[in-house]
Amino acid sequence: MTTRLVEVRQKVLKQNDVVARELREAFRRAGVFVVSMVSSPGAGKTMLLERTLAALGRDCRVAALVGDLATDNDAQRLARSGAPVRQITTGTVCHLEAEMVRAALGDWRLDELDLLFVENVGNLVCPSSYDLGEDLRLVLFSVTEGEDKPLKYPTIFNTADAAVITKSDLAAAVEFDGTAARRNILSVRPGMTILELSAKTGAGMADWLAWLRARAVEARA
Amino acid sequence: MHELSIAMSIVEMASEEAERHAPERVTAVHLKLGQLSGVVKEALLSAFELAREQSPLAECALVIDEVPITVACCRCGVERPVVSWQEFRCAICGEPAEDIVHGRELEVSALELQP
Repeated sequence: MTTRLVEVRQKVLKQNDVVARELREAFRRAGVFVVSMVSSPGAGKTMLLERTLAALGRDCRVAALVGDLATDNDAQRLARSGAPVRQITTGTVCHLEAEMVRAALGDWRLDELDLLFVENVGNLVCPSSYDLGEDLRLVLFSVTEGEDKPLKYPTIFNTADAAVITKSDLAAAVEFDGTAARRNILSVRPGMTILELSAKTGAGMADWLAWLRARAVEARA
Repeated sequence: MHELSIAMSIVEMASEEAERHAPERVTAVHLKLGQLSGVVKEALLSAFELAREQSPLAECALVIDEVPITVACCRCGVERPVVSWQEFRCAICGEPAEDIVHGRELEVSALELQP
C-alpha cells in the first residue's frame, strides 16, 4: 500500500500559547507585572508569598492566584495579608495552564494592580511545558531538598528566569552546601539570577523585595 | 504526568487534519520532541495508546523524533550541541551558553496517510 507523508508543523500546545500571548498582552496594557512561582511541594512558595504580599502591599497594589490540586488552604492563608487572592483548584491536573489563569482572573480589574503573583501547583516537571503569560518565572527550592535539585530537574530551571533558594535558616542544620547549589544552578542555566532567603527569619527578604521591585519598574519602563 | 493531556491534544490535532484528507487514513503521526520540552517520551507513547482509543486514529502510530539541545555559541559563532542538559556549555569550545536554538520542540511535524 502506498503511504503518503504530509508535512504539518503544528505546535501541540498551540492553544495554550495563544492564550498565554493574549494574557501577556493584557498584562502589559494594564501595566501589571506578573510573577509566577514553581517548585516542588513544600519548598515554601506560600510562606514566601505570604510575607511578600504583606510587605509589598504597604505601597503597591498586589494580588495572587494560587494553584493546588485540592483545598483552598493556601488562598485562605494568603488572604490574611489583605491582598485579593483566588485559588485555582486543578482537580487532577498537575500544573496550571494559561486558560486556568484567564478563567481565575475573572472580573479582576488588571489596571488596578501593580503586581500579580501566580503560584503554580507544587511540581518540578509538568509546569515547565506551559507558558502562563507571566513576565517573570521563578523556580524555588529549599535548602532541605539538596544541592543537586537543579541537576535532577534541568528543564524547569531552564524555563525559569531566576532561582530562589528558600529556608536558608535551616542551611546549617541540613549541611546545605550553598556553593555547590549555585554551581549546579549555573551549570544548567548559565547567567541565572540566584537569590537566597528565609521567609521565616526575614534573612535575604530585603534584597528579594528590592530585586522584585526593580524588575517590575524595568518591565514597565 | 501531563503526558496524557499532551497525547489527547495530539490526537485531536491529527484527527482534525485527518478529516481534511478523508477518505485517506492517518496511519502515523510524526512528532518532534525536544529534550527540554518537559515531556517524557516513554510516558507519552503509553499515553498515546490510551488517547487514540475511540478516536479516528485508533490504529495510528506515534513516531517520535527526539530533538537534541543546541545553542547559539557566542564564541564559535554557530549553532552547537551542549555538553549535556545538566551542563549548558558548548560541547566544542566549552563556553557557557544561554541562547537555546533547539530542544524545546513539541510539535506535530508530519502525518502518514494511506488510501
